[in-house]
Amino acid sequence: MREEILFTMETPYRRPLAVRGWYFGNPERRSLAVLGALRGNEVQQMYICSQLIRALAAMEENGELAEDCGILVVPCANQFSMNVGRRFWAADNTDINRMFPGYDQGETTQRIAAHIFSALQGCSYGVQFTSFHLPGDLLPHVRITETGYERAEEALDFGLPYVILRRPHPYDTTTLNYNWQIWDTQAYSLYTRATDCIDQSAARQAVEAVERFLFAKGLSRRAVPAPQEEPSLLREEALHSLLTTAGGLLQQECRPGDRVRPGDVLGEILEPCTGAVLEQLRADCSGRIFFAHRAQLINGHEAAFRILPD
Amino acid sequence: MIEQVVRVPLAVGEDLVIQKNRIGSGGKRLCVVTGTHGDELEGQYVAWRLARWLKAHPEHLKGTVDIYPALNPLGVSTMTRSNPLCDLDMNRTFPGSPDGAMSEFLAHTLIRDMVGADVCIDIHASNIFLREIPQVRINVNTAERLVPLAKRMNLGFIWIHAAATVLESTLAHSLNALDTPTLVVEMGVGMRLTRAYGDQLLTGILSLMHYLGMWDAPVMPVAPPIVSSDGHVSFVNASRPGIFVPSVAHAAYVEQGQELGQVVDPLTGDVCETLICPASGLLFTLREYPVVYEGSLIARILGGAL
Ligand SMILES: [Zn+2]
Repeated sequence: MREEILFTMETPYRRPLAVRGWYFGNPERRSLAVLGALRGNEVQQMYICSQLIRALAAMEENGELAEDCGILVVPCANQFSMNVGRRFWAADNTDINRMFPGYDQGETTQRIAAHIFSALQGCSYGVQFTSFHLPGDLLPHVRITETGYERAEEALDFGLPYVILRRPHPYDTTTLNYNWQIWDTQAYSLYTRATDCIDQSAARQAVEAVERFLFAKGLSRRAVPAPQEEPSLLREEALHSLLTTAGGLLQQECRPGDRVRPGDVLGEILEPCTGAVLEQLRADCSGRIFFAHRAQLINGHEAAFRILPD
Repeated sequence: MIEQVVRVPLAVGEDLVIQKNRIGSGGKRLCVVTGTHGDELEGQYVAWRLARWLKAHPEHLKGTVDIYPALNPLGVSTMTRSNPLCDLDMNRTFPGSPDGAMSEFLAHTLIRDMVGADVCIDIHASNIFLREIPQVRINVNTAERLVPLAKRMNLGFIWIHAAATVLESTLAHSLNALDTPTLVVEMGVGMRLTRAYGDQLLTGILSLMHYLGMWDAPVMPVAPPIVSSDGHVSFVNASRPGIFVPSVAHAAYVEQGQELGQVVDPLTGDVCETLICPASGLLFTLREYPVVYEGSLIARILGGAL
């Protein structure tokens, strides 16, 4: 294990922002790069990386990494925002994950993205632990941007229950995942449950997924038990969104993973001051709850649930 | 007539309503749009002046003017640039979708309301960091169609910029792609009103309406703008963090080698960096917000590679 400062950015009145990376295995090889928190609220994503660093250190110690395996883990690239409780770059509220591949002569967050990208570039595989933009819980999955360069079946080797292919919108073309893919790295975004608070079992699942992937690719000799369910590959469009009509208090009657049949009541929206039921949210197909909105308050026209049809 | 473009219930005893003021009827239609970014307020003055002027002189209006003063009402009312419900930049959500979640639904409904207009003007006010001279920004792919319209707008500068995939999610790109000519105006600075700029643009809007045959009263002559592409624009970015103190005035003509300002350190009393003008020309963008980081944009000069 070798710790290195990947880059430093000076800030007015605060200590320099030093982004640290941890290298494992063969320093000549760039097999896998892993990024944790890019946004200031991605505490779980940082925690997963910390646990992955412990696991990789043990594997390296035990000689379980293959000779041609070289790994870089960057648990947090944005303590500048995390330390002040902000999600985006705290000076101008821009999202570093909308600045890739970066520009080293550009604005501050374009420069940060350029530094991060050059540190992470050139690996065969890239993993980003990331967070969903809606408040809610979802089933663990790997997300892949469809760029034409992706090899989606390879993602099944993580052994997470689902691999989801997403067709990029124009605004996705500046994410790390998209640009990694364009620049010859097979890029995977791994979504596990929590974001701003730590979920240990979800973190174990994420670390295990990376270990399983390394083993499947011949990059490590540490075998990981097969997943309980066979992973499946699907397109994002396959998910059914259940949109609300009313706004109010959301009372959930189900959780991600639950099986549902058409007509099942998944939740109710209550008038927030009287408790009267304004709307019942019913399943429109049989399948599994994939996403459940977490916040107590919900507006009209928001996705309260997403169902993965059978 | 005040019309409701879209209404969505919020969680507790309130609806989100995006409104427009429709003035006149029939004939050609002009949309004047602003308030997409909740911290950009220069367009508020323009919307107010225009509505007032048209109401006072209805006999000269030959067509329909739709004024949308706040595309992002929650942002304008809470001093928030993005839509505070989801922290998304609204100008990255177009063209949206009828069955998407709230932000996509709003974007879709707005586009559907504006599409088919003869011209749309989308007024922005930079951000809180940079001050801009009044200008029209046009994607190079739409220049042929839009530049003749932009020349009527009474703004000194038309910047024809390169296309970028990420900008395909803007209101202007989406409307232009749907054959609705849309001009983006940038002027002034975030969280402030610059009355002179607003008056200048109002003259331009009336002149454009006159050109389109929508306004039959005499209009003031407009000065021909400088039309320029990316190649003529030079950028100056800070390379040190600190406090930026300008030594030039915004909108001045500057000389290559001239000092534009300094980045200073109030703790030590040192000068961290002196910023030198890379080219002679018009200083059309100047940093307004003093705190800077490595990379913070300080200035843009028109005339760079001329
Ligand atoms: Zn704007």
